[in-house]
Amino acid sequence: MDLSEHEVAAAAAKAGATAEEIMQKMAEHKGCETNSDGGKKASCGTAAGENDLAPEIWEKVKNHPCYSEEAHHHYARMHVAVAPACNIQCNYCNRKYDCANESRPGVVSERLTPEQAAKKVLAVASTIPQMTVLGIAGPGDPLANPEKTFKTFDLIAKTAPDIKLCLSTNGLTLPDHVDTIAKYNVDHVTITVNMVDADVGAKIYPWIFYKHKRYTGREAAQILTDRQMQGLEMLTARGILSKINSVMIPGVNDQHLVEVNRAVKSRGAFLHNIMPLISAAEHGTVFGLTGQRGPTAQELKRLQDSCEGEMNMMRHCRQCRADAVGLLGEDRSAEFTTEKIMEMDVNYDLATRQAYQAKVEEERLAVSGAKASELQILAGVESDIKILIAVATKGSGRINEHFGHAAEFQIYELSTGKGAHFIGHRRVDLYCQGGYGEEDALETVIRAIKDCHAVFVAKIGGCPKKDLLAAGIEAVDEFAHEFIEKSAITYFKRYLEGVKDGSIVHVEKGDAEIRPGEVAVDVAAVAAE
Amino acid sequence: MTLKIAVSCVNCSACEAECPNEAISAAEGIYVIDPTKCTECIGFHDDPQCALICPVEETCIVDESYPRYQPAA
Ligand code: SF4
Ligand code: SF4
Ligand code: SF4
Repeated sequence: MDLSEHEVAAAAAKAGATAEEIMQKMAEHKGCETNSDGGKKASCGTAAGENDLAPEIWEKVKNHPCYSEEAHHHYARMHVAVAPACNIQCNYCNRKYDCANESRPGVVSERLTPEQAAKKVLAVASTIPQMTVLGIAGPGDPLANPEKTFKTFDLIAKTAPDIKLCLSTNGLTLPDHVDTIAKYNVDHVTITVNMVDADVGAKIYPWIFYKHKRYTGREAAQILTDRQMQGLEMLTARGILSKINSVMIPGVNDQHLVEVNRAVKSRGAFLHNIMPLISAAEHGTVFGLTGQRGPTAQELKRLQDSCEGEMNMMRHCRQCRADAVGLLGEDRSAEFTTEKIMEMDVNYDLATRQAYQAKVEEERLAVSGAKASELQILAGVESDIKILIAVATKGSGRINEHFGHAAEFQIYELSTGKGAHFIGHRRVDLYCQGGYGEEDALETVIRAIKDCHAVFVAKIGGCPKKDLLAAGIEAVDEFAHEFIEKSAITYFKRYLEGVKDGSIVHVEKGDAEIRPGEVAVDVAAVAAE
Repeated sequence: MTLKIAVSCVNCSACEAECPNEAISAAEGIYVIDPTKCTECIGFHDDPQCALICPVEETCIVDESYPRYQPAA
């Protein structure tokens, strides 16, 4: 069943009426005012203002789960896989699978026509009212499939005008499409930039297809970087937000990424997201076969720490699959297969979506309130000790997932200087399903979070608790269903007191492994003033 | 001759849009080239576009079972 013109028009008409008002309300909610809740301040600046992004940028990204660390606990995004073709070759990609820049390696998404995609977006938006963002990220390069990509945007802009559009690209044809991107009000574009030096690029890209020719080596890399930088400048000139993704490839571009950061920052990129290379022989990629390794968790963190001070940090990106649906870290794509969608009777009810989103805003305010009071807990305590903790959460900023059900853990760094500071995710799901015994699964979790001192969960069994402790990780379930930051700080304060009175011996923890599909370090490039 | 697509095709669709003769389409399992439409890109480009953009080496290949394409004089 296709989406009829009638449905389209009806939904569009319904949508127009109140979207503005609600957005206005949301904006007011986010303003700097006192929170009625116990006279605590809902802080502006760091907690509510997401680090130090310029206000007009924060305004644009605050409800975008991929750009705002805080929003990603509350709002959902979806990707539709309408763009299978690509026009370059990356050494970390095997085109049997989805684009490796934007997805975990080895993932195959179900491909959709633009019409199917539009129907899917409506179906998902009606089922998951906090779904606010639609992205096209592949499975190839969206701008190597301009007709399919823009046709999809066109249909969605008509049927679900409240949904934000974004796309990701390798940048090769970006300059040709900036005007169309602006026309569809696409407000976020992600460009994957791994180098600004053709000698480095030649080690990453074996070839590109450009203007009817195949280019190789330095020549290919030079064209690619020129086009990427030109495209970025054009986006900036039109006020379209650009985020840069870089894949950190040890020994190839790891040192060079500092230079990349400078180049993209000076051209107006607002965020720089450095992702680890994920490489294994079974992916069948060039890097997989040559044994090129990815960085460890600490190598990634070091790079991010060395950038800190100069740049804002956002680190919650999960290389999602090209057909991902749901909150980041959650994947509900199985509920929305083409077959199921085509059978669904979709009723796009904007009013329900808005009522739901208003509730979400309330929840967000509560979380900010908890964040603000968190720092007061630590007032007057000073220490050089920093520890990492892992948190099992389903969202809403609370510790609300069972240890055994967690597909990933959120990692926070605790210090007296910054309180509880979110630094990334560790995925464990792939290894907990099918074929692996219980013990192996636990082993995997331990390897993934072994740089943490504690894991916060809503619930945990006695056996895993003991095994975790043996590995030096304390399982903490006393803060079940409470706010993450506040609980973490309470725990940290107790930890520091314990160290002080000698009841706890502080030990430094080692490095952890990066598993496929896990973590990324986001380094904000901060739009130039 | 014409070009043909081998079973190593991963269905990325990239060749389809590049063909100046609209000779390529999706078929059962893989993409196929219509030998009556393919001109080896002669008259349009220096090299067969499908072979240049295809991400899998040796997938868009010459089909020897057809005579070489003769551009109309
Ligand atoms: S841009 Fe994406 S799809 Fe294209 S080769 Fe690179 S990783 Fe693969
Ligand atoms: S060689 Fe050229 S004309 Fe023939 S199928 Fe490939 S792209 Fe089309
Ligand atoms: S470009 Fe190659 S892999 Fe892609 S559809 Fe065409 S023949 Fe198949």
